[in-house]
Amino acid sequence: MAYFSQQLINALTLGSIYALIAIGYTMVYGIIGMINFAHGEVFMIGGFISLIGFMICAALGISAVPVAIVLVLLLAMAFTAVYGWTIERVAYRPLRGSFRLAPLISAIGVSILLQNYVQLAQGARPKAGGQIVEGGYTLFSADGFDVRVTWLQITIWVVTVALMAGFSWLIAATPLGRQQRACEQDMKMASLLGVNVDRTISLTFVMGAALAAVAGMMFLMYYGVVDFFIGFLAGIKAFTAAVLGGIGSLPGAMLGGLLIGLIEVFWAGYFSSEYKDVAAFAILVLVLIFRPSGLLGKPEIEKV
Amino acid sequence: MDARLPPMIKDSALTALVAAALGVFIVGFKTIDVGTGGPVFDYQLVDLAIAVVTIFFGRLGLQLASVGLKWPAFVLGIALGAVGAAPLKLPSTFLHWFIVLAGIVIILRTIWPWANEAMAKARHSPRGANYGRNFVKFFGAGLLVAAVLMPFMPFADQKTMDLAVLILTYVMLGWGLNIVVGLAGLLDLGYVAFYAVGAYAYALLSTQHGLGFWTVLPLAGMMAAAFGLVLGFPVLRLRGDYLAIVTLGFGEIIRLVLLNWVDLSNGPAGIGGIPGPTLFGAVFAETAPAGKTTFAEMAGIPFSANQRLIYLYYIILLLALVTNLFTQRVRRLPVGRAWEALREDETACKALGINPTNTKLTAFTVGAMFAGFAGSFFAAKQRFISPESFTFIESAIILAIVVLGGMGSQIGVVLAAVLLIGLPEWFRDLGAYRMVVFGLAMVLIMAFRPRGLIAHREPSVRLHPVRAGP
Amino acid sequence: MTPSREEGAALIEVEHLTMRFGGLVAVDDVSFSARPREITAIIGPNGAGKTTVFNCITGFYKPTIGRLTLHGEPDYLLERMLGHEIGQKARVARTFQNIRLFPGMTVLENLLVAQHNKLMRASGMSVFGLLGLARYRIAEAAAIDKARVWLERIRLLADADRPAGELPYGAQRRLEIARAMCTDPRLLCLDEPAAGLNPRESAELNDLLVSIRDLDGVGVLLIEHDMSVVMTISNHVVVLDYGRKIAEGNPQEIRNDPAVIRAYLGTEGDADA
Repeated sequence: MAYFSQQLINALTLGSIYALIAIGYTMVYGIIGMINFAHGEVFMIGGFISLIGFMICAALGISAVPVAIVLVLLLAMAFTAVYGWTIERVAYRPLRGSFRLAPLISAIGVSILLQNYVQLAQGARPKAGGQIVEGGYTLFSADGFDVRVTWLQITIWVVTVALMAGFSWLIAATPLGRQQRACEQDMKMASLLGVNVDRTISLTFVMGAALAAVAGMMFLMYYGVVDFFIGFLAGIKAFTAAVLGGIGSLPGAMLGGLLIGLIEVFWAGYFSSEYKDVAAFAILVLVLIFRPSGLLGKPEIEKV
Repeated sequence: MDARLPPMIKDSALTALVAAALGVFIVGFKTIDVGTGGPVFDYQLVDLAIAVVTIFFGRLGLQLASVGLKWPAFVLGIALGAVGAAPLKLPSTFLHWFIVLAGIVIILRTIWPWANEAMAKARHSPRGANYGRNFVKFFGAGLLVAAVLMPFMPFADQKTMDLAVLILTYVMLGWGLNIVVGLAGLLDLGYVAFYAVGAYAYALLSTQHGLGFWTVLPLAGMMAAAFGLVLGFPVLRLRGDYLAIVTLGFGEIIRLVLLNWVDLSNGPAGIGGIPGPTLFGAVFAETAPAGKTTFAEMAGIPFSANQRLIYLYYIILLLALVTNLFTQRVRRLPVGRAWEALREDETACKALGINPTNTKLTAFTVGAMFAGFAGSFFAAKQRFISPESFTFIESAIILAIVVLGGMGSQIGVVLAAVLLIGLPEWFRDLGAYRMVVFGLAMVLIMAFRPRGLIAHREPSVRLHPVRAGP
Repeated sequence: MTPSREEGAALIEVEHLTMRFGGLVAVDDVSFSARPREITAIIGPNGAGKTTVFNCITGFYKPTIGRLTLHGEPDYLLERMLGHEIGQKARVARTFQNIRLFPGMTVLENLLVAQHNKLMRASGMSVFGLLGLARYRIAEAAAIDKARVWLERIRLLADADRPAGELPYGAQRRLEIARAMCTDPRLLCLDEPAAGLNPRESAELNDLLVSIRDLDGVGVLLIEHDMSVVMTISNHVVVLDYGRKIAEGNPQEIRNDPAVIRAYLGTEGDADA
């Protein structure tokens, strides 16, 4: 029971991170129907910017942890968002109306480009960020095993929940969200009705990137280390989460993220940690084969 | 002052600003590891500033060229080139290259409309079209002759031959993947998995059961094809982009299984001591193991290390040519035409009574088979394999070759393989930038030339024979 | 309801066809039949469910309710067949409202792809073909001859080696019909073949369709907005409105049917724009 509870706590934390990335996939898919293959790299860049941000804070003598976290969070979101914006502008927008695999190939190109750009600029070795939020709280002890929830985990949950709430509000209740949903339904019609489609798509990428940056920062704080390659696996898993939840569906992405976190942690905890990545890939394959619309998505009707 | 100038300057400044925002953390603050106290910075803000200024002028030059202000653009391009080439004391050689490249890009952009018009004119004249067709034909033939004679050229030292074998391996993989991606239009991101199956098939069968290369080669191809069939069957009804991701998943699953199923694959330690291919039973080594003869003894010539390499070269050349010949032939068969038709419009295919799943499956399986052949060659050449060699990046490189060359173009794949594999090996300094260039090339090709460097498609059959050129 | 037509001679029989998408009923209990060597037109205002009927017949949609029988030796129950089997076995061919050629392939190649199943058998599932055996070469030559005949009929012989996507619009429409005919269909379903054609092309199309009916003896099912086409060449007309069949009969009867006049009055102008 104690072991289970501890795993559950860990899984929720990991799931939060995946959910934040998954939202980026699902939003972009919803609006332009493409898999933004480079989204994992955006997450990785968010992690690096956070790392550098924390180090700059340390160098400037900002020692209050909450202040540093908020500063770095804003910094990482803002500057990673520029990456999201640029990627859409440079690599995807020119391809609208091109043949159907073109944006995906371009996205793979962006992914390779970003990975190696960061490797060139920052080196291939993993970068340790050190322990930023320390300490925790022992919930209960059983079977000689302490079930602990760390302040860090609580921070991650709080930030994730707050962001998701804010974000859901943004989509549901603001003009921006309305325009975005309009573009999802029918881009041509939306543009006829005066929605600036280009701007809406750009903003979708910007928001997705900002959330991925938060995920990158959480990842850095949770594992204490980032490297140029973290985007690949995390990206695939978050994409799996988006597909599992039903791609195009925001609640689906959140649910999917949590589920993937649960599956991964429990698989590693109870079966084998070697095959935990296989589990994620296997779920991806199985969901796409048997239920491509995911848990909360709507099935697509082929238009002839 | 031209009224068009201020908005251009504003746009260039914005571009530079975005570039600065992109680079400020990732490039500006390079984290370096010192001792155990965690990383500290190596500031590269000056480098960044120079790059941003270059981007400003680069963008400005492109804008000038695009509104037809040719001469200012041209002068700016030359100026940038000169600044980059000048013996200034810039913080890194990279920046010199960067500035020179910016200049070259502006100059290319300036002359592009003129070049484009000339090319379009040439393409549309019957003579030009014939010329293009003949060029591809003769270029291919010339390339083939050069490839056959290559090992006897005076410059064919060990390094060159090694590189030639490497390039040919990628040419073969590119041609194999071209069947799947170029002809059938199925984006397979896990192609390397079948390469791995072929490699491990040979490695295991040769080291544990003593089977020779030529025995295993067809088996390895069949095993890879079987994998293709089994993996392809459930997923080939998926839409293009989902298919891509699922194949990526399969590729990673196979790699992770090889990594973790230590009893079978020896895990991350890999399999060593794989025998090389033999020629009529003769081995390529200085001394033969008991009961075997060496090639040098058999042929009555002194041993040299190059003999093995030349033999490997001809094997991969042969395998690649078989792949090519197969593709050329199959394109003219109903199945090949159905592949291309599927790439063009799956719905229409269904309406014509073509079974899309079966047709895709044949392409997928055949492509996998050729990867299996290439894989067992790879194992025989390297004599050591481990899961390291079969990562997603490998799949991406092969895909980049196909995409850059022009999906469906056989000669394009050769050019792209030489460009993407050969050049970085020759210019070692470029090695570190190789993958960046790969990624960039994929993006640019999709934006500007989505049908690849060689976009010409020769019909699989003609009703009217081509008129002979005047 | 259709006293002028005796039962039994039908080529395709559509019975109680209903297609729902979620809550939307696109086709509601539609029954009609089409006979061999006849042109049967399905008309109706936009959104009447015409294309949905086609998509059910040609296997792109699985009907919610209903039976679709293609009579012959044997009879085929189309609603139970996979999409491509309907073309392959039941030999129902179709064209699309927005033309779906293989634009990068040549005109001739388009017509050869249509003969895929026949050629595939002749090539011994590609094995004979790869070996270059005569059997396949003969079959291919025959296929090319057939394509040539059709290219002459649609006046595209000179363009045979051009990519299909480069053809002008009207030629693409004709090519799509020829491509469908190259599958040797028993029933040809045409989704708005006259859309976007000028009057001259439209008249040409009429001749082509009539020749397909009379010369090739193929049953034609036609969705069309262009009343001049419908009234000139169809033997039988089925009118749909809001997913229901509101009338059926020969062109003369349809012209005077009060229900049809009601459905079209006021909607004709904007629906056909």
